[in-house]
Amino acid sequence: MSDVTRAYRRRATGGVLTTLTWLLALAFFFPVAWMAATAFKQENQAASDPPTWFFTPTLDQFRAVIEGGSGVYVANSAIATGVSTVLVLLLGIPAAYALSIRPVEKVSDVLFFFISTKMLPVVAVIVPIYVVAGQLKVLDNIWTLVVLYTAMNLPIAVWMMRSFFLEVPGEVLEAASVDGAGLMRTLRSVLIPMVAPGIAATALICVIFSWNEFFFALNLTASRAATVPVLIVSTMTSEGLFLARLCAAALLASLPVIIAGWVAQKQLVRGLSMGAIK
Amino acid sequence: MSTSTIDRLESSRRAARASAAERSISKAEGWRRRGPLLPALIFTVIVTQLPFLVTIWYSLRGQNLLRPGEDIFVGLSNYIDIAQDSTFRQTALNSVVITLGCVLVAMVLGIVLALLLDRPFFGRGVARTMLITPFLVMPVATSVLWSVALLNPTYGLFNWVLGVFGIEAVDWTSTYPIIAILMALVWQWTPFMMLLVLAGLQAQAKDVLEAASVDGAGPWRVFRSITLPHLRRYIELGVLLGVIYVVNTFDQIYLMTAGGPGTASANLPFYIYQRAFLGFDIGQAAAMGVVVVIATIIVASAALRLIFRSFEVKE
Repeated sequence: MSDVTRAYRRRATGGVLTTLTWLLALAFFFPVAWMAATAFKQENQAASDPPTWFFTPTLDQFRAVIEGGSGVYVANSAIATGVSTVLVLLLGIPAAYALSIRPVEKVSDVLFFFISTKMLPVVAVIVPIYVVAGQLKVLDNIWTLVVLYTAMNLPIAVWMMRSFFLEVPGEVLEAASVDGAGLMRTLRSVLIPMVAPGIAATALICVIFSWNEFFFALNLTASRAATVPVLIVSTMTSEGLFLARLCAAALLASLPVIIAGWVAQKQLVRGLSMGAIK
Repeated sequence: MSTSTIDRLESSRRAARASAAERSISKAEGWRRRGPLLPALIFTVIVTQLPFLVTIWYSLRGQNLLRPGEDIFVGLSNYIDIAQDSTFRQTALNSVVITLGCVLVAMVLGIVLALLLDRPFFGRGVARTMLITPFLVMPVATSVLWSVALLNPTYGLFNWVLGVFGIEAVDWTSTYPIIAILMALVWQWTPFMMLLVLAGLQAQAKDVLEAASVDGAGPWRVFRSITLPHLRRYIELGVLLGVIYVVNTFDQIYLMTAGGPGTASANLPFYIYQRAFLGFDIGQAAAMGVVVVIATIIVASAALRLIFRSFEVKE
């Protein structure tokens, strides 16, 4: 076989593979695109057989969702997500520091304990949490979700931030202490700036998991503290099936996380693998 | 991306530093070091371990919220009931089928997609962005999207596509509930597996691959003898994390099939939820929770050995 034919064949294979990749990418993306398209339809176009492919887009559904009293749910989701993420960082940064830079003894036992809590199925603790929350009068209270979401994300965050801290060269920290900087000063002026991107990535993962969380929200909230996922489900059950409106609500609810994930694709891998994969 | 040699040097230097540090730790210094760790540790113990201890206590009592007077110690009778509960066995089996089915199919698809994305082509970034999107959609939204927009028997897009090929319409969520749930789950988790495997592929030493093809190894041979062994850690990690998350699947089951028809597509989390929140049977639900945890611990302790290899925890 001459070089020319070989090069030609390689290009042909390349073309086939590229086409295949694009077809798969479109197939995976299509349901999301369909959800988005349906959100811009009128109800009778949304639930039609055969499906409506061409239509004049309307913002009616979005208007209905936004004006339909969804503000409270969004505020609850924002509090549960925002406050729990801040708490995770406040508890997790010192812990990660104590497991990496100035390590305590038995580091791997502590890490093992943190990861083992992720293996505890949520259903195994929901019963006592529900009963105890009822006795403490904190059912349907957003702060209950804040505490639970913090506990849910803390192990991942500790693992992740520890892996970022381990990448800080020891020389830098030694130099800082030789220069007479105290611990707090070293943390503030040397360490935190160096690991800031990692901390941001950790925060992103915490935000994704708490924003999307449904099981605790369903069982521990009612009317006052319900979050966005609960709103979508109640739309689904209470008003029959308004498919277009449902898709508009689902799209709006997913959008913050989708955009954050698109922007931070690289950090996503590290977060999802608990810092094991760079 | 640093090469593995640098990694090894790094970590051995770190280990040396750590062990040297460990030897010279005085008591006071030890507490100073533990200080930053304690808040996170104590918080985690209180919020995750205490409720589980309470679960064990509840599981030994015959509490039903509908019959408040009946809170008595019943010993192991809740556990004996579980052993005789055929629904528990069925939902346990469903849990295994759903978890393994989803993780394995998602992993195979994820490897294929990662390999396809690992070569340069026009618009690669856009294709990757499109492929990770399913993982980012809120699972509640995913469930709505699949059960209503795609799988609905009358106007779902899926049946319309089948109709184009002349296949009869199928009511997916009631005829093949587990398949329907698996479709939604695989769609959601494939991007996750793809991302991990892609990270693994991009961490390969390029010179080794080049040397292999210079030595005349074909692409398949290179993949089998070099790439696949290198990916092993990443695949193990993906399967492990996938199992940890997918075992707890609740949203898709609650919204797509509600565990039905009957309990045909209920998994353990959903069944325990039903017993606790619809049957108010605290004792039974708690006992099932304990059984699930024990089973998880057995599986996980085997798996954790793998984790520790993949996470390379150094003392």
